Amino acid sequence: MTRAARTILRKDLLIEVRTKESVPAMVLFSITVYVLFHFGLDRDSLDGELASGVLWVTLLLAAVIGVSRLFAAEREQGGIDGLLLAPVDRTALFVAKAAALFLFLTAVELVAVPAFALLLLGPGLGGALPELFAVLALGNLGVAAVGALVAALAAETRAHELIVPLLLLPLLVPVLIACAQATEPLFRQEAGPEDLGRWLSLLTLYDVVFVLLSIAVFDFLLED
Amino acid sequence: MDAAIELDNLARRYGERVALAGVTVSVASGATLAVLGGNGAGKTTLLRVLAGLLRPHGGAARVLGASLPGDRWRLPARVGYLGHEPLLYRELSGRENLRYHARLHGVPDARVDELLAAVGMEERAGDAVRDLSKGMVQRLAAARAVLHDPELLLLDEPRASLDPVAAELLEPLIGRASGRTRVLVSHDVEGALAESDLSLGLRGGRPAPVDAELYR
Repeated sequence: MTRAARTILRKDLLIEVRTKESVPAMVLFSITVYVLFHFGLDRDSLDGELASGVLWVTLLLAAVIGVSRLFAAEREQGGIDGLLLAPVDRTALFVAKAAALFLFLTAVELVAVPAFALLLLGPGLGGALPELFAVLALGNLGVAAVGALVAALAAETRAHELIVPLLLLPLLVPVLIACAQATEPLFRQEAGPEDLGRWLSLLTLYDVVFVLLSIAVFDFLLED
Repeated sequence: MDAAIELDNLARRYGERVALAGVTVSVASGATLAVLGGNGAGKTTLLRVLAGLLRPHGGAARVLGASLPGDRWRLPARVGYLGHEPLLYRELSGRENLRYHARLHGVPDARVDELLAAVGMEERAGDAVRDLSKGMVQRLAAARAVLHDPELLLLDEPRASLDPVAAELLEPLIGRASGRTRVLVSHDVEGALAESDLSLGLRGGRPAPVDAELYR
C-alpha cells in the first residue's frame, strides 16, 4: 500500500510541477480575494474574528479549486481506468490524493498567509506563528481527507465543477468554525482569554473521523 | 483445455439502454476471440466487463477463474487492457509513464527498458507523451498493457493508428505470437478472423451471425 501510495503521489506532484494547474491558481485566487476584501471592507487592517474569518473563508474557497483539480489528470487522460486496472488497494489511492492535496494547501499557505498579513492583518504574526502553524496543519489535514473523498465522488460525474463545492463546503463547516475560533485569539490587538486547546482538539477529532470514514468508503466511490 | 473466459447469457445496461444481452461464449486458454460488430454494438462494453471495469447486470461471467463481479479484485494482476484511451499521462514521458505503471504492478524498471526497446521507442522514451504521434502513443500503450506479462489481453482496435512496421513490432507482444489468451475487437473483419480461433458478432448488444448483415 505504501509503495503504491508513494508512486501515485510522486506522479501527481510531478504533473503539478509540470502543468502548474492547481497551486498557482489557488495562490492567485487567495491573493485576489484578500485584495477584494481590502477594498470591499475599505479597511487597511483587520483583527480578531473578522481577520480570522477572512483568512479561513478564503483558504477554504481556494481549496475548492485544488479539490476540483485533484482527479483532473485521471478524468481528462483516462487514468482512472489505469488505476482500477492496477492491483492497487484503493486506500493507497486515497492516501496519495489526500497527501497531494495537503501538500498543495501547504504550498498555497506559504504564500497566501504572508500576503494576508501584509494586505489585511493589523497585529503582527511574529509571536503566534507556532500556534498558527498547528491550526493550519490540522485544518489542512481535515480539508485533505474530506477533499480527496469529495474529489473521488465527483471524479467521473459530468458536473464535477458544481458537485465539488456543493458537497465540500458544507462538510468543511466544522473545520471553518474550529480553525476560525482557534485563530481568532492569535489575531487580536490585545491579549485576551484563549481556548486554543479546545479548538485544536475538535480539529483533531474531525480529522481522525474523516480520515477513517474516507478510508472506509473510498473503495465504493470509484465503482461503476 | 481450461476455459479462460466463460460467459453465460451475459447482460449489461446503461440506465434503461441495453448494451449487452444474451452473450454466451467460452474461450480456451491461449485462444483468440474476435469480437466484431458496428459502432455501438457493445464491443467495448464487453471488453470493459471482462476487464472488471464494469459490472455485469445479468448472466454469469468467469474470467481466468474469477467470477464477476465478486472476484474482480483478482483480475488486474492477470489482465492487460489496451482500449481506446492509452491510459498514459500526457505531461509525463513514455519512460515515466511505464515506470509509474510498472511500480503499481510491482514490476522492476528493467522490464520498462526491455519493452521500450521491443516497441522501438528507446530514442523517444524521454519525450512527453503529448509530443508524440498517435502511433507512438499506441506503441507505448501496448507496452503498458503487457508490462506485467498478463495471461489475458483485451484489445480494442489495437492496430488502429499503427504503421505496418509498428504493427509488426507489436506482434510478439500483443499478436497471436504472444501466446496469450486474447479478446480482439476490430473493424478489420478479415484480418481479425484470420488471427482468431473463434468469433462473436454483436449487433445492438446481442449476439449476431458474422456476415454481411452484421454492419447494417
